[in-house]
Amino acid sequence: MSETAGGGHDWPLWEVFIRSKGGMAHRHVGSVHAPDSKLALAHARDTYTRRQEGVSLWIVKSGEIIASDPADSGPLFEPAEDKVYRHPTFYDIPDVVKHI
Amino acid sequence: MPSLPVIEPKDVRQAKIAPDGGVFDEGEPTAGKDPLEDVYYDYLVRLGDDSLILGQRLAEWCGHAPGLEVDLSLANLALDLIGQATHLLNQANNGDGDELAFHRDVLDYKNCWLVEQPNGDFGRTIARQLLFSTYQHLLYRELADSPDPFLSGLAAKAVKEVSYHRELAADWTIRLGDGTEESARRMAEGLDWCWRFIPELFEVDAVMEELIARQCVPDPRGFEGEYKAAIAAVLAEAKLEKPADQRPILGGRRGHHSEHLGHLLAVMQHIPRTYPGAVW
Repeated sequence: MSETAGGGHDWPLWEVFIRSKGGMAHRHVGSVHAPDSKLALAHARDTYTRRQEGVSLWIVKSGEIIASDPADSGPLFEPAEDKVYRHPTFYDIPDVVKHI
Repeated sequence: MPSLPVIEPKDVRQAKIAPDGGVFDEGEPTAGKDPLEDVYYDYLVRLGDDSLILGQRLAEWCGHAPGLEVDLSLANLALDLIGQATHLLNQANNGDGDELAFHRDVLDYKNCWLVEQPNGDFGRTIARQLLFSTYQHLLYRELADSPDPFLSGLAAKAVKEVSYHRELAADWTIRLGDGTEESARRMAEGLDWCWRFIPELFEVDAVMEELIARQCVPDPRGFEGEYKAAIAAVLAEAKLEKPADQRPILGGRRGHHSEHLGHLLAVMQHIPRTYPGAVW
């Protein structure tokens, strides 16, 4: 990397979401550094869609994501562990039904 | 990245007995063999060489760009351009574009001066890209309506690639121009370096006159005004002054090049010239 330019070190981080095809949800695929939202979109396009990975991109500034605290994972997630009846596994899904 | 070829003793022997044997080719390379009309051949090679040489220049940034994402951006541009060059030079030479790319000497190259200019710093690379991609975008947009099915097909596909190149170059120009004091200075210096090569893009010589008369290709002078207005609009948004007009530099289409092109070709061509037919 160039020693004269900022080298992207002072650029904010952006999270990248790709919709792989129409009808599918956007999925998180990674992140890029960029000076602003427009170039973040360009960088995401150039970094993550080189092999026809998607038809739509979402960019979100990493700092604006509200995340759960790993320290709270007990109260947040453990209560679901013994509620097996919440899984839709008690009936057969026909083969023709996709994306479930 | 492909690994380098394994060089066997037989390859070394082949290199020593090769007709060019490490010496530049002599005589007419491929133009003489070509069944296409000379002017059409010339035009394909001009477009192909523009894309090939700029693609090679951009590829020189690989691993050196200011940031990993920019590295990929520039490599993507380079790959688009080299893809265009492959189609154009294949079309010019009966499917053997590699022969034209790797076994022609500098005087047989027909690219414009702008694309062969050294990368300089990132500002100069972006200046070169803005000035070329804006031109290429307008040209391919018109060329997509050419009655020649090859040219219209190529342009219809490439115009989308080039539209992105133009947009990206404009975005960076605005950010560097309207950025820090240092980025604005570097951007202005880059534009100043490249400015004298603009007139060549719109030059109409005998080859172009013939093709334009046959309505095979667009007259670039038809979109010169739009080009100047588009560049002026980007510079205004970037808070940059338009550089002073300089003495135009012409001649690339006739094989007259800056000293930089020979060095570029030496790097690009040395493997296929030293080991003809090498594959990996």
